[in-house]
Amino acid sequence: MPGVTRLSVRNLRKSFGTHEVLKGISLDAQDGDVISLLGASGSGKSTFLRCINLLETPSDGEVWVDSEQIRMIHSKTGSKPASRRQVDHIRSELGMVFQGFNLWSHMTILQNVIEGPLHVLKRPKADCIADAEELLAKVGIADKRHAYPAHLSGGQQQRAAIARALAMKPKVMLFDEPTSALDPELVGEVLRVMRALAEEGMTMLVVTHEMSFARNVSNRVVFMREGVIDSSGSPDDMFGVGASPAFRQFIGHFGNQQ
Amino acid sequence: MALLELLGMGQKGWGAYLLLATVTTLAVTATALAIGAVLGTAIAAAKLSHSRSLRFVGHVYTTVFRGVPELLIIYLIYFGGSSGITAIGQWLGYDGFLGLPSFAAGALAVGIISGAYQAEVFRGAYHAIPRGEIEAALAIGMNRGLRFRRIIMPQVLRFAIPGLGNVWQLSLKDSALVSVTGLVELMRASQIASGSTRQYFLFYIVGGALYLVLTSLSDRVFNGAERRANRSMSGATIGRA
Repeated sequence: MPGVTRLSVRNLRKSFGTHEVLKGISLDAQDGDVISLLGASGSGKSTFLRCINLLETPSDGEVWVDSEQIRMIHSKTGSKPASRRQVDHIRSELGMVFQGFNLWSHMTILQNVIEGPLHVLKRPKADCIADAEELLAKVGIADKRHAYPAHLSGGQQQRAAIARALAMKPKVMLFDEPTSALDPELVGEVLRVMRALAEEGMTMLVVTHEMSFARNVSNRVVFMREGVIDSSGSPDDMFGVGASPAFRQFIGHFGNQQ
Repeated sequence: MALLELLGMGQKGWGAYLLLATVTTLAVTATALAIGAVLGTAIAAAKLSHSRSLRFVGHVYTTVFRGVPELLIIYLIYFGGSSGITAIGQWLGYDGFLGLPSFAAGALAVGIISGAYQAEVFRGAYHAIPRGEIEAALAIGMNRGLRFRRIIMPQVLRFAIPGLGNVWQLSLKDSALVSVTGLVELMRASQIASGSTRQYFLFYIVGGALYLVLTSLSDRVFNGAERRANRSMSGATIGRA
């Protein structure tokens, strides 16, 4: 359903102590948008992503997922969600992929993938397994379904983690530097899976340092600097003549990387 | 031959008596470990809690029960508890001495001590769970109960097994102190047998050997459990980059 706003963030702020990391970020993602969040380390892009599903508690601002607002209580002593239950529900609608994979090490790959649908969504086990097998085939590790995470390469673990997130049939997928912990030769297999997802129309928010992904796969590039959005636009604009001086300097560090 | 007769199962033999006492020792220890598991879980949860006062309670518990001699705790529970019950009895009009059952009092005392050690084992095991795996559980929408049951508990147990093996051995030896309450467990049985036959060397050595049998058997059980729990981690050479 193009045109439907899947995710809307209004004036999000986050402080750690007296240090303000996010100084009012607003961002909308329509259905099928693939948005790359770029920025130097410390620019707040990961914190921003983690505020969306409340792994970090925003100090101020609004987060809407599919026109449902996460209710927050802001007081002098800090902020907290009004309802843990609502937070759990919203989280189940947002898929998250971490830099460090974070597969549950005591479960096999298949068990990792069915865990959420089976116990959080309480779907029938047979359905969960059928879906999981399909997803594992899609990300290319069907043969590893009975292996434990520790027995897989980093690239395979990350693909399993993507399958685990997809098994929840999320409305938006959040990627937090999904390839930054991988050996260079393993980056490609993960990016291929992400590209396929984008082509299927999945709504994605991707914190990344992969310029080729930002340029060739995403339809919007957002450049963050010192806790604010410095500039944003289509990849053609951002990587073309329309780039802000700061963004031009930032991508300059990546040389001719495509 | 006289020795064999003394240790045998026959009329003059102490074999059956010692075996029964060994089973009693095992039962006291197992009961204590179970009591300690419940207390230890609660105390570990208190020590990991956000609440300052709960953390304080947990801290006091582990400090006191690891810092005071076991024998003192046993005396306190058995004689202290008994005099408490006797006082209640008198208040209700019963004049005699009312003793706590020695098995229950002993298991409780050793269990309270075991709980203090188990709390530390569980707390360490909790900290060994990679933080990211708990975040992944949060991110997928698991509530507190699910996180505990599906992600935290299984991993705490896995990381706790070696430590629990240690606590089990400690409790097994602590159970010998329960002999002061008159419970005929392995220690008391060795004492009685050696005293009545004047074969001190023989019966204390046999008693010691039986303790060793118990500890080495339980060692094997815990090692097996550890191997089983770690099968998801074994041979992990291709990790992450």
